[in-house]
Amino acid sequence: MSTSLNATQRKPRHKRVLPGLGLSLGSSLFFISLILLLPMTGLVMQTAQMSWADYWYVITDERVVASYQVTVWAALLASIFNGVFGLLLAWVLVRYEFPGKRLLDALVDLPFALPTAVAGITLATLYAENGWYGSLLAELGIKVAYTPLGIIVAMSFTSIPFVVRTVQPVLEELSPEEEEAGITLGASDWSVFRRIIMPSLWPALVTGVALSFTRSLGEFGAVIFIAGNMPYVSEITSLMIFVRLQEFDFPAASAIASVVLIVSLVLLFAINIWQARYLKRLHGR
Amino acid sequence: MAPKQSHQQRIGDRPAVKYTLITLTLVLTAVLLVVPLVSIFQKAFIDGLAVYWQSLADPDTLHAIWLTLFVALLTVPINLVFGVMLAWSVTRFEFPGRKLLMTLMDIPFAVSPVVAGLLYLLLYGNNGWIGAWLYEHDLQLMFAWPGIVMVTVFVTCPFVARELIPLMQQQGREDEEAAVILGASGWQLFRRVTLPNIKWALLYGVILTNARAVGEFGAVSVVSGNIRGETNTLPLHVQLLYEDYQATAAFASASLLAAIALLTLIFKAFVEWRQERAHRAETDH
Repeated sequence: MSTSLNATQRKPRHKRVLPGLGLSLGSSLFFISLILLLPMTGLVMQTAQMSWADYWYVITDERVVASYQVTVWAALLASIFNGVFGLLLAWVLVRYEFPGKRLLDALVDLPFALPTAVAGITLATLYAENGWYGSLLAELGIKVAYTPLGIIVAMSFTSIPFVVRTVQPVLEELSPEEEEAGITLGASDWSVFRRIIMPSLWPALVTGVALSFTRSLGEFGAVIFIAGNMPYVSEITSLMIFVRLQEFDFPAASAIASVVLIVSLVLLFAINIWQARYLKRLHGR
Repeated sequence: MAPKQSHQQRIGDRPAVKYTLITLTLVLTAVLLVVPLVSIFQKAFIDGLAVYWQSLADPDTLHAIWLTLFVALLTVPINLVFGVMLAWSVTRFEFPGRKLLMTLMDIPFAVSPVVAGLLYLLLYGNNGWIGAWLYEHDLQLMFAWPGIVMVTVFVTCPFVARELIPLMQQQGREDEEAAVILGASGWQLFRRVTLPNIKWALLYGVILTNARAVGEFGAVSVVSGNIRGETNTLPLHVQLLYEDYQATAAFASASLLAAIALLTLIFKAFVEWRQERAHRAETDH
């Protein structure tokens, strides 16, 4: 792996002939500074005005801590569900031919294209006790709308595409030889899947699940309609920030937002580093 | 386990496995994606076409539609230019910090929209360090359309670049370098060589940016102030109607947003079909 990497690095330095480095990089940096980085200064200044004790008091408030727990648990379960469902979808889309395959492939992206508020009212209506799904589930004694279960439903809806779209390209590129060898040697389908396919697939699967988790942590529009938003029970952290804002408690809103922001930035950087590493391994082979 | 058939080369190809997996996927997709989508339109038209039109013709709804289109019309060109610049700089040049730049670009994906809205509110609101200065000069950005445009630009800025970067990386620099050596100017190079190669991906990036811009909810709801007939975008209007127990009217407005989402998906399928065809034509040569 390292030898092939060194080989590309040792390639005679490409003489730069293409124009526009100054313009394109300059304007990209300007844009990123203005749109993405500058706004963070407001949050830093707002939280810097608080004493450490105040800050700690706000972010460890009982109701806020309950919201962290609800959010993290729901996001975790939603992304695990999407890991399984996404893997199934990717497998079926890559391995089989059947009528309507193109339609299915297009539908996978629906949650990205559909506004979250629309998803929110739709799911809330479907899973409400008089809704299509809610009435069926009520007979089984399961209540989804206005419970933490509803949060999981909304989060998994909005992040379905992540796992499919990260696993699909890797599955397409898998070479059939190792799989054939395994079958020829008499291994069962399941053990070929577990021992030959999964080792190549799991880095992409982990990336997809992590992306789905990150997205779910921040999901707001789809969740608030179906969650019922009961303090301590079904209130997500994004909503907590929103509630503090409506109370004009800017310091508290900022303090909670800073926690959320730090967690999502750490996750983002971790995912990108992880992805870069396994891509290197994949192409270095 | 059934005895292995000798012609089986890949796992999961036995009809029993294959059809079970396809059926399972189709059922899950129907339950999780198709039925919710259909139910939006079912709820919108439940009281007939006349009521549907009537609820859309409401002045507040018409204003929300207008404002939403206006915001998208400003957001999309800004992110189009930024996306092309960013994609050009990171795929055509090597420079230190290139990976970091690509990670920074992903921030809007990872950050909760409520936090995004809050960042802008803290900076440009009357208490922020820029907002205070603006206030002295009688400029109000928050709780008005400029604020809505600003957060929408934030939330949707990665989409064009995200579509372009993998494609431009895959296509390489050779065509463009040849054009420069043959004496093309920067603008000629972009218009005659780069643009024809990326136009479909670029167009899809634009359409996706548009879909997300018209649908943004969390960030907009923090900075809009929800003034009916003034700063209410269509997704906020959907929420307002829904919480006002005007479900049919809410779903009528939602159906417009769902229609935009559907057009986006159709367009994506079309772009993929074009790219596949182009790819096949290339490999046939």
